[in-house]
Amino acid sequence: MATALARHIETFRHGVHPDDYKELTHDRPIERLPFMDELVLPLSQHLGSASRPVVSVGEYVYRGQLIAEADGFVSANLHASATGTISAIELRNHPSGRVVDSIVLTPDPVSPQTLYNERSIDFSGLTPSEIVQEIGQGGFVGLGGAAFPTHVKLTAPEGKKVRFFLVNAVECEPYLNSDYRALLERYESIFLGIRVVLKALEAEIAYVGVEMNKLDAIELLKQKMPADLPCEIVPLETKYPQGAEKMLTEAVLDIEIPSGRLPIDVQVIVNNVGTVSGIGEYFQYGQPLVERIVTVTGPGIRRPSNLMVPIGTKLSDVVAYCGGMHENVRQVLFGGPMMGSAQRFLDVPVMKGTSGILFLTDYEVFPREEYPCIKCQRCVDACPVFLNPSRLGSLAKARLYDDMMDWHIMDCMECGSCSYVCPSNIPLVQRFRVAKALLREQKARESKDE
Amino acid sequence: MESLLAIGFLAGLAALLAVVLAVAHRRLWVYEDPRIDTVTDILPGANCGACGLPGCRAFAERVVDGKILPSGCPVGGPDTARFIANFLGIEAGAVEKKVARLLCAGGRDVALQVGEYEGFSSCRAAATIGGGFKGCTFGCLGLADCEVACTFDAITMSSNGLPVVDLDACTACGDCVRACPKDLFVIEPVSHCLVVQCKSILEGEEALERCKVACTGCGLCAADAPEGLITMKDNLPVINTEKIEHQTELATLRCPTGAIQWIVGQQFKEFIPLDTMPAKN
Repeated sequence: MATALARHIETFRHGVHPDDYKELTHDRPIERLPFMDELVLPLSQHLGSASRPVVSVGEYVYRGQLIAEADGFVSANLHASATGTISAIELRNHPSGRVVDSIVLTPDPVSPQTLYNERSIDFSGLTPSEIVQEIGQGGFVGLGGAAFPTHVKLTAPEGKKVRFFLVNAVECEPYLNSDYRALLERYESIFLGIRVVLKALEAEIAYVGVEMNKLDAIELLKQKMPADLPCEIVPLETKYPQGAEKMLTEAVLDIEIPSGRLPIDVQVIVNNVGTVSGIGEYFQYGQPLVERIVTVTGPGIRRPSNLMVPIGTKLSDVVAYCGGMHENVRQVLFGGPMMGSAQRFLDVPVMKGTSGILFLTDYEVFPREEYPCIKCQRCVDACPVFLNPSRLGSLAKARLYDDMMDWHIMDCMECGSCSYVCPSNIPLVQRFRVAKALLREQKARESKDE
Repeated sequence: MESLLAIGFLAGLAALLAVVLAVAHRRLWVYEDPRIDTVTDILPGANCGACGLPGCRAFAERVVDGKILPSGCPVGGPDTARFIANFLGIEAGAVEKKVARLLCAGGRDVALQVGEYEGFSSCRAAATIGGGFKGCTFGCLGLADCEVACTFDAITMSSNGLPVVDLDACTACGDCVRACPKDLFVIEPVSHCLVVQCKSILEGEEALERCKVACTGCGLCAADAPEGLITMKDNLPVINTEKIEHQTELATLRCPTGAIQWIVGQQFKEFIPLDTMPAKN
């Protein structure tokens, strides 16, 4: 705490320093992407159970109107991201690689695309639980990538109190600039969002963690900050994976979250700055989560940009708007280069959790031969959760998955720092993902047997 | 003198402990049916868990207790079951040969491949990256996780990248069922000849675009089969095992893609197994 107030440059222990390549789009203002001919809104864009459609095929819906409601507690509402007609509810390709039920929306070309229910919500008279409920109505999920429903995160379990609210504006993934552009252009809604969430959590103070490669954003936020807002901007050293909840808590507050616990266990809640800005907009003029900032970047795209994309816009439409791809594109990722997921089809939609679209060419992506581990321990020095990736890697190769439990494989958050530093090109994270999937399956089977 | 003292002391200690052991052997002795050991010896000893119990000895205990019939061990087959039954003087039980069936026929020659996978050779690893490199999310990736997992070397990969299950070697232990990230293997009695070799829930053209032998969900098989044998669910035929005695090849004849097959004996007979597979990491 005291260190956070002392304002030197804070960070967590371990981690890696990849080149950030942010210069491709960092000075591009947010452009509004026009509404395309067809929007595909998958019913599962978030962690938890899929939403349940509340509209039928052929119905005319307005931008911001509820089209699918949360099914269960860990789920999220889904709103129409354009005024238009529901043309189908069918199976479509999903960025995760599956095919899932999706609502297909054909935007009305002559509609002014105004919001369905434009209003400002006065939260001063609301109780914390009413505010959380209102945020749930807006369909907000974590916009950093994991897409965990925000209203679930903001509901503290019985008997747990929140003292600190951390706003994650770290954006440690290389290439991406969507949070940075939000800081520069949407600071007013960010401040309003912080005010709302602080009230909802009954927290003492908010901290905005920003890395030092965004100095102008730090300066701007400090200038524009309302005097009565209990909020502090914390400059952080540029390091990956600082945007992970546990790492950010350690960097800003010097509190280490124990293994298997959540930030709430140390009285902290972390939210992405995009989510906070969205919440601000929702309380300002009633716009639910129908669009988001997406950084379209990488050496493979002709015109790298920061776009305000209606949720459900197809990847192929975004590519066409940005001037098309270069011929030597080899990989298209949703998210950043470290943790992003590769796409197989160009007709997948941009979802709530899509923070960036990255086009890599054959200069960046090529098969690398795997060599034996030389026990250099670079991965051990890189691992932010203090595991031994070298040992875990050899156990995974030998398929000794049960032994990996003794080496705390389940604490691995798959950030990819170990694979990044490995001089022998060992695909450590990929092996860990396989091991974790198998161990989870085995655990599910065991609990089913009992 | 000192050495004599040491020898004497140790001898005394040994005698004392021997008495303790002798008493303990008498007092703490537990009766165990000697037939359990014999039955364990007769069993294959693979400890594979195919019977649903943790290891062969646990199975032997249940058999001797009469809680399970000797035919419950699929690995031993009918001969072992009969041998145990004769030894214990009980009934062997109905022995039905079961085998692993693959619910996908989308080899490299017929299924659309949309991506290139450059990681290490494992289906499970490939499936974690956007569901794999195939156009079809549901199909076999052909990177041989099942071949590696098979305890009895019953699986070989064919030239078009599909696992071929050797009918004689397969003991229906279920290793491949657990290994497959796409849940494509099922354990079925050999006598069940109707096999739906597709798991794609897509319909019509969309399924066909991704794989030439996909089930399009047209429902012709359900219409041709005897009442209630085949029902359509999620654009896939589901075979009602309770009415399996009415099964008929008629159901497969009008299938436009050959997704539902009448299989007698071995699945994928026509493929030549590869002698050498790509090197595994």
